[in-house]
Amino acid sequence: MSDKILLAHGSGGKLAHDLVERSFLQAFSNPLLAKLDDSATFDFSGRLAFTTDSYVVNPIFFPGGDIGKLAVCGTVNDLAMAGAVPLYLSLSFIIEEGLSQEDLMRIVSSVKEAAEEAEVQVVTGDTKVVNRGTADKLFINTAGVGMIPTGVDISGSKAKPGDKVILSGPIGDHGIAVLSQREGLSFSTKLQSDCAPLNKLVAEIIKVSSQIHCLRDPTRGGLATTLNELAKQSKVGIKIEEEKIPLREEVQAACEMLGFEPLYVANEGKLVAIVAPEDVQAVLKAMRQNTYGKDAAIIGEVRQEHPSRVVMKTRLGASRIIDMLVGDLLPRIC
Amino acid sequence: MKFIDEYRRSELAKGLVRRIHQNSTKKARLMEFCGGHTVTILKHGIRQLLPPTIEMLSGPGCPVCVTDNADLDKAIALAQIPGVILTTFGDMLKVPGSRSSLQRVKADGADVRIVYSTIDALQIAQENPAKRVVFLGIGFETTAPTIAASVLQAEQEGISNYYVLSLHKLCPPVIKALLDSGEVKLNGLICPGHVSAIIGSRPWEFIARDYGIPCVVSGFEPLDVLQCVDMLVAQIENDESKVEIAYRRGVRPGGNQRALELMDRVFEACTARWRGMGPVSDSGLRLKREFERFDAEFAFEFDPGPTLEPKGCLCGDILRGVKTPPDCQLFAQVCTPESPVGPCMVSSEGSCAAHYFYKATYE
Repeated sequence: MSDKILLAHGSGGKLAHDLVERSFLQAFSNPLLAKLDDSATFDFSGRLAFTTDSYVVNPIFFPGGDIGKLAVCGTVNDLAMAGAVPLYLSLSFIIEEGLSQEDLMRIVSSVKEAAEEAEVQVVTGDTKVVNRGTADKLFINTAGVGMIPTGVDISGSKAKPGDKVILSGPIGDHGIAVLSQREGLSFSTKLQSDCAPLNKLVAEIIKVSSQIHCLRDPTRGGLATTLNELAKQSKVGIKIEEEKIPLREEVQAACEMLGFEPLYVANEGKLVAIVAPEDVQAVLKAMRQNTYGKDAAIIGEVRQEHPSRVVMKTRLGASRIIDMLVGDLLPRIC
Repeated sequence: MKFIDEYRRSELAKGLVRRIHQNSTKKARLMEFCGGHTVTILKHGIRQLLPPTIEMLSGPGCPVCVTDNADLDKAIALAQIPGVILTTFGDMLKVPGSRSSLQRVKADGADVRIVYSTIDALQIAQENPAKRVVFLGIGFETTAPTIAASVLQAEQEGISNYYVLSLHKLCPPVIKALLDSGEVKLNGLICPGHVSAIIGSRPWEFIARDYGIPCVVSGFEPLDVLQCVDMLVAQIENDESKVEIAYRRGVRPGGNQRALELMDRVFEACTARWRGMGPVSDSGLRLKREFERFDAEFAFEFDPGPTLEPKGCLCGDILRGVKTPPDCQLFAQVCTPESPVGPCMVSSEGSCAAHYFYKATYE
C-alpha cells in the first residue's frame, strides 16, 4: 500500500472502495451512512435549514485546526446562524494526487472530532482525486441540513433601531493564525485559530431569549463586512465603539506589523448577535457561560440614523464610516 | 498592547485637543508629508477633533504613489523578461503603469513574487541560481539602507544573480521643490517619523530657517500626531520657526549613523522623476558605479515603451497638496481600491485609499 493518494483512489474501483471503507466509514460510522446507498434517506418534519460551503484553506494544517475541522465548523455555524439545530452533513473531498494518506487520515479524524463535538452526523460523501497541480492538496465541500425549532425566526433582515450588538469574543484570531503559517510570510505567534462549532452556544442563547433578531458569523471579510451586510439587509444604521471590541494583543501586534485592520480579518468561531435591548443582558450572560462566548461583549447598537451604514466611534471620540472589505489584504510597504 | 495603547489613550488625547483649541488663534495650514500620518489622521478621526483654524493637507510622502509611470513601466518590462524573478513589496503589485500592472503580467505568466524584506529576495536568488532575481527598490530613506545592505551582502557572498531596480527617493529635496514651486502655502510641516529616524531632524532645518516654516517630526500614533500639532500651533502662535522632535522615542537629531553609512556606501544622489512633479534634482538614489553590476538598469536590456498617463487622474495634484481626493471626478466612482486608476488609490498609505477607507462622518 502506497502512503500517497493515487489517482486510482478516486477511480471508483478497488482502491477507492478500500479508502472509503478503511477511513471514512470507520471514522463516521452511523446507520444512515452505513447503508451505502447513493443517497442518505431520513424522515423530517418542520422547518429545514440547508447550506453548503467549500473549503480551500492554505495551508491545510494551521495552529488550532485544519481544513477538516474548518469544513465541519463552517457549515455547522452557517446552520446555527439561522437558529437551526444542525443534524446531517455531506462531505466531499477533492484530493490532489500525491497527498499523503497520513495527512488525509489526520484530517478525517479532525472531521470526526468536530462532528462529534457539534453532534452532527456525516451521512453522505464523495471522493475525487485529480492530477497533481490541478488542485492544492485538498479541497473539501460540505453541505448541511438542520432543523429550526418552532418559534425561532432569525434573519439578517430583522435588526431594529434600539437593538444591541453583541460580539461573542476577540476578533481576527483565525485570519492571523493562518497567515502566520503562509510560505514567505513567516512570523511566529502562539495564536490559535478560533475555529469552533457554535451551534451549542446558539442553542443556549435562544433558550434565554426569543428576541434574538440576527445572528451571523463574521468569517471572510471580518466583523466590518458582517456588520455592513446586516445594516444593508435590515436597512438600519449600526454604530459600534472601537474601545468595546475585544481584540487579542497578538492579533493587534500582527495587524500593526502587516498593516491590516483587525475589523477585516477572518474569524471561524465568533458570532454577532443583534438582540432586543430588554434581552441583551440575559443573552450576554448565557453567552459568557459557554467556552466559545466567554469574552462576549456588547459592542454597539442599531439605530435609525445612517441606514445601511456602519459607523464606528474611534478611541479618540471621533467617528468614521466602516465599509465592507474592499480588495485583498496586502501587506504594506514601509 | 505595549507601545501602542499608551499612544492611543483617549483621556490624554482629549487633553491635547483641548489645549490645541485653547491655543490656536491664527489660521494654520499644516502639511503631513507622510502617507503614514495621513492614515493615522483619517483612521482616528483627528481632523474632526481640530479647531476650524487648522487645515490639514496631505503631502507627497507615499513612495508607491510618487513612483512615476515611466519607472513603473521599467519594472513591468523587467518582469516580462524570460528567466527573471521580480521581487517586490506587496503594495506595488496593483499599481497600474502605462499599459499594464505587475499583477496583470503575473497573471500572464511573469514570475512576480511578494517579499517582506530584501533578505527574502536574496534567499530567492540563492535558491534559483539559474534565474535572475530583481528587487524592485521602492521607498524613501527608510527602506534604502536595507537595500544597500542587501547589495553589500550579495557582493560579499558572491550572489551574482541578484539585481536592484533603484527607484528610491529622498524627502528633503522634494519638499524644497514643492515649496519653491509656490503652489502650496504652508504654516507648518509635520515631518516624517521613520524617514527622520534614519536621516535625523537636521536635514529639515533649512525649511525652518530659509522658508520660515515651523517643522515638527512626528510619530505615527494618534497621540504623536496630536502632540506634533500642539507643538506646531505653539510655534505658529509665537511666530517662531524651528525644527522640533515630537517623536523622541524614534528620532535623534543626527539620525542613524550606521544606516546613513550603508546608504552612502552603495548609493549616490541622482535626479528622480516624481509623479505630479516631474524631475527633481538630487532627489533619487542610484547605485554607485562600483556596484553597477547589481543595477538592473545596466544589467538588462529592455524597452518599457512610451509613457502614458491615466486620463482624468488627479494623483499628481493630490501628491502636491493642491487637490484633495474628493476633488477628483474618478474618486470612489471609477477609481476604487479594487480597480484603481492611480497609485494613490492602491497603496495602503495613499491619500485616496486612506480617504476611501476612512470616511469621516460628522454627526
